[in-house]
Amino acid sequence: MDRLVIDIAVLVLAGFVGYTVISKVPNTLHTPLMSGTNAIHGIVVLGGLLLMAESSGALEKVLLVIAIAFGTINVIGGFLVTDRMLEMFKAKEPPKPEETKAAIEGDGKR
Amino acid sequence: MTPVLAVIGTNAIDALYIVAFILLIYGMTGLTGPRTAVRGNKIAAVGMAIAVIATLLRDHEFHGSSTWWLILLGLVIGTAIGIPAARNVRMTAMPQMVAIFNGVGGGAVALIAWVEYRHAFGGGYPLRSEIFELFGAIVGSISFWGSNIAFGKLQEILPGRPIKLPGASQTALNLGLLLIAVGSAVALCAGVHSQALFILGILVAAAVLGNMVVLPIGGADMPVVISLLNAFTGLSAAATGVALSNPVMIVAGMIVGASGTILTNLMAQAMNRSVPAIVAGGFGGAVAAPAGRAGAEGGTVRSTTPADVAIQLSYARQVVIAPGYGMAVAQAQHAVRELEKALEAKGVEVKFAIHPVAGRMPGHMNVLLAEADVPYDLLKEMDEINPEFPRTDVTLVIGANDVTNPAAKNEPGSPIYGMPILEVDQSGAVVVLKRSMASGFAGIDNPLFYDPKTSLLFGDAKQSVSEITAEVEAL
Repeated sequence: MDRLVIDIAVLVLAGFVGYTVISKVPNTLHTPLMSGTNAIHGIVVLGGLLLMAESSGALEKVLLVIAIAFGTINVIGGFLVTDRMLEMFKAKEPPKPEETKAAIEGDGKR
Repeated sequence: MTPVLAVIGTNAIDALYIVAFILLIYGMTGLTGPRTAVRGNKIAAVGMAIAVIATLLRDHEFHGSSTWWLILLGLVIGTAIGIPAARNVRMTAMPQMVAIFNGVGGGAVALIAWVEYRHAFGGGYPLRSEIFELFGAIVGSISFWGSNIAFGKLQEILPGRPIKLPGASQTALNLGLLLIAVGSAVALCAGVHSQALFILGILVAAAVLGNMVVLPIGGADMPVVISLLNAFTGLSAAATGVALSNPVMIVAGMIVGASGTILTNLMAQAMNRSVPAIVAGGFGGAVAAPAGRAGAEGGTVRSTTPADVAIQLSYARQVVIAPGYGMAVAQAQHAVRELEKALEAKGVEVKFAIHPVAGRMPGHMNVLLAEADVPYDLLKEMDEINPEFPRTDVTLVIGANDVTNPAAKNEPGSPIYGMPILEVDQSGAVVVLKRSMASGFAGIDNPLFYDPKTSLLFGDAKQSVSEITAEVEAL
């Protein structure tokens, strides 16, 4: 079978999976869920990794390094932030003092 | 590598890919329930790590002498920026953090498309790959710039109010930009080979479009916009996956695309708004019109002092605290927790009224109060707390505005008419803690402030709450 047909079949099926998964989510989890799915589309980093070996010329290499860096920020930042948010929901034990301090002092920098 | 080993290698990588997307899907399923969410997120992260490792294990991955350290450089830079950003961000700044993480994802898609264009277009690259690659470039670029604007608005670098061109010219401009991008894409697919056309017609046009689409949207709608852009980035990642024939990218991107779309709808529903109405310009048009009878000159407000509030609260049987984003900005959640403890020591029953979109994202307020150790069972959802207001002696509104605005119920002409609100005006007395008389994030005046039973305590929320707590303890 044509590779494109397979790819599109995968695309459609994945769409249904995504649709089904989200059909019922409590309001309170909307933010962490958005953040979590946000981390997942950081998968684009694979595109950068795949193309690096084939790239030629300084411009292409610079673009790909930036793309990989962007994708990595998306993945790592996304998962960590989601984890921090979800830990808050558990919060049965008192938060560690140094963490709270860091949370207060840290600014909204990127 | 001998052919046999190569076959084993390829199969092993395919197997790892399959494991990766199973983990991604399974992890995301976990994210939808409160008990499984933490684990779900970690499982998805492991899936992602496996996908990256599998890709690095490919034969020829490190073809060329500089490749490996360039890849390492990208990964190190990304890690060095991503980890501290995610660790240090304040819980209040979470929405803009998600926006910027989403933006860089979109940016990565656009840059990858650019390299693909330079590298492969016009040289026997199949047309279908070109189509998907260009779709990814346009949507990724829109997402990158749109997310940056959303970040700017939430971080208050840019004004939260809608910024738009008068009348229908905004829509016309956006449509024009979209046509330029699509037209350029068609031309490039038809065989025109010009990098200038790719940069200007695709990347720049989509960039301007991303700016133009998000600028007119009011700050209050920003969470929905971020969710929408999140879905966009997912779709563009999936498109890149098709162009590169990489199944994990297709699966992961498409799941985000589909779930993000549904999530956007759910969030819009919680605010009683429709996604097309939000994208068409938020509260922009409505704010310009006179906002019903409680205009700027609509009445007088009564201000009060911390000591008076302390007396009011201490002699109440039931107090409901309605926190909003203002509380979060002032970092007052810990002070609020102290007040709640002081009141409970006096035998006052304290509850928290949580509007579904309190803060700047659904669930944001729960996160903030959980951070301050407020017991989870004191947090009451809107539907649960609204019948309680008539039985409540004093409601303390801390930095919330639009979600308590009775105009949403009483004034059909109000731009937020129909939005479900916390019916704080039903309680015996209302005390509103506010920085100033400025209107809320939606830019709409609030008749609650002019209600005779409402008194206002101006000042920084954290300081005000601490003062009230001190007075309560002194009584």
